[in-house]
Amino acid sequence: MIRIEHINKRFKKLKALNDISVSFEKGQVISLIGPNGSGKTTLIKSILGMAKPDSGKIYFNNECINGGFNYRNEIGYMPQIGRYPDNMKIGQLFSMLKNIRNTMEENIDNELIREFDLCPMFEKPMRTLSGGTRQKVSAAIAFLFNPPVLILDEPTAGLDPLSSEILKEKIIKEKQKGKLILITSHILSDLDELTTHVMYLQDGKMQFFKNIETLREDTGEIKLGKAIARIMKGEDPTGNFISEVLNKKI
Amino acid sequence: MMKLSRYVLYDILRSKIIIAYTLFLFIVSVSMFQMEEENSKAMLSLMNIILIVLPLVSLVFTTIHYYNSYEFIELMLSQPLSRKRILLSEYAGISLSLLSSFLIGVGIPVVLYAATETGMAIIFTGSALTMVFTSIAFLASVSARDKAKGIGFALLLWFYFALIYDGLVLLILFTFSDYPLEKLTLVLSALNPIDLGRIFIMLKMDVSALMGYTGALYKDFFGSSSGLLFTIGIMTVWALLPLWVALRKFKKKDL
Repeated sequence: MIRIEHINKRFKKLKALNDISVSFEKGQVISLIGPNGSGKTTLIKSILGMAKPDSGKIYFNNECINGGFNYRNEIGYMPQIGRYPDNMKIGQLFSMLKNIRNTMEENIDNELIREFDLCPMFEKPMRTLSGGTRQKVSAAIAFLFNPPVLILDEPTAGLDPLSSEILKEKIIKEKQKGKLILITSHILSDLDELTTHVMYLQDGKMQFFKNIETLREDTGEIKLGKAIARIMKGEDPTGNFISEVLNKKI
Repeated sequence: MMKLSRYVLYDILRSKIIIAYTLFLFIVSVSMFQMEEENSKAMLSLMNIILIVLPLVSLVFTTIHYYNSYEFIELMLSQPLSRKRILLSEYAGISLSLLSSFLIGVGIPVVLYAATETGMAIIFTGSALTMVFTSIAFLASVSARDKAKGIGFALLLWFYFALIYDGLVLLILFTFSDYPLEKLTLVLSALNPIDLGRIFIMLKMDVSALMGYTGALYKDFFGSSSGLLFTIGIMTVWALLPLWVALRKFKKKDL
């Protein structure tokens, strides 16, 4: 569904994406894992066309996205930090998006709005919302149009345990419908029950892209967190994020 | 396109700055006509105010609004909308609201008090300058990522067009005063929309008789229909060119 071929992206000195080629198919739930600043968000933004790669191509349903925009009809995106027009009220935000997308009312998925109980807050302007509520709004928007591809950047960060659980349930539900879901998160335990594939990025380079079953077999660990830790240790004796950062400082 | 512009317009009207701007223009225009006995004198003062205030307000308002609606632009980008459509809707929303402020604030008093050829020239020039400087402001704000830099750049452009440019022209005219410069001054005036607007309005007034030989040449040129077409054409170029460059930059930008 999404095919990425040799994309490179550089921010001045920093190489944010270094020759990444990968292909995502329907029904996969891909966990995008890597330390901070490893290029996860840049990769996501490149897929969405918000960041323009310096070289390489991205195909969506076998069509190169190069400056196009119609493919975004099929993507629901939840940003890491949801930023919305300050003066707009929640209700207006939803009605504006519906108006722009021109979707039939029966194709609209209001489940998260209901579950997160956002309706009573429809009259509140966006600037008065707490970080968690903003996050809920972002999630509700991503799922609103029932898109075949979902891209969720740190979906559970900032959500309370109850809402986090609601969101996970929803992701599992969509996974069963055979959608392609791309998640980045640092909370590996959250990803454990969702994910089918793991993509590991470090310093803009893709270290591996593996099926979770193979990953478990290779490492002999059942928990994703431990499996990742083991892989990193195998490749590099000081291989966890923290010691690496410390070593660089010294 | 109008769908998006509607939200931009709605957002602008909420901030009430545009309403204050309309009132300011209206009060200034009406009081000019009330204070001066002769309408032509009032028109001259009005012209001077318009040529200074309009570009400044268009530049600053547009730049600030652009940076304030950065979140809106970001949100729209994750939707199935082209970047071109997003930027042009922003432009349409802002320029339409500034334009209607001007038409209400200055256009109505002018039509009421002095619906002459000069009056029409003022309305045309004001409308054109609003479009031109909104367009220039878009170029400034798309180019600079930082808000302070963008507004600073816009202000610098205003200083250039409103003050510095005239000084430069005078310098050139004094330095080369031994040569025939009529054609050159005509070209120089086209390089600054404010100057072009000023000449265009002045030549509709009687004061142009005071401008000597150059004035006669100008009157000859701008008085004809080709002069009118020239003014409209140059103003259109000034409105479209910066916007086009801004659009090209915006399409390549990482957001």
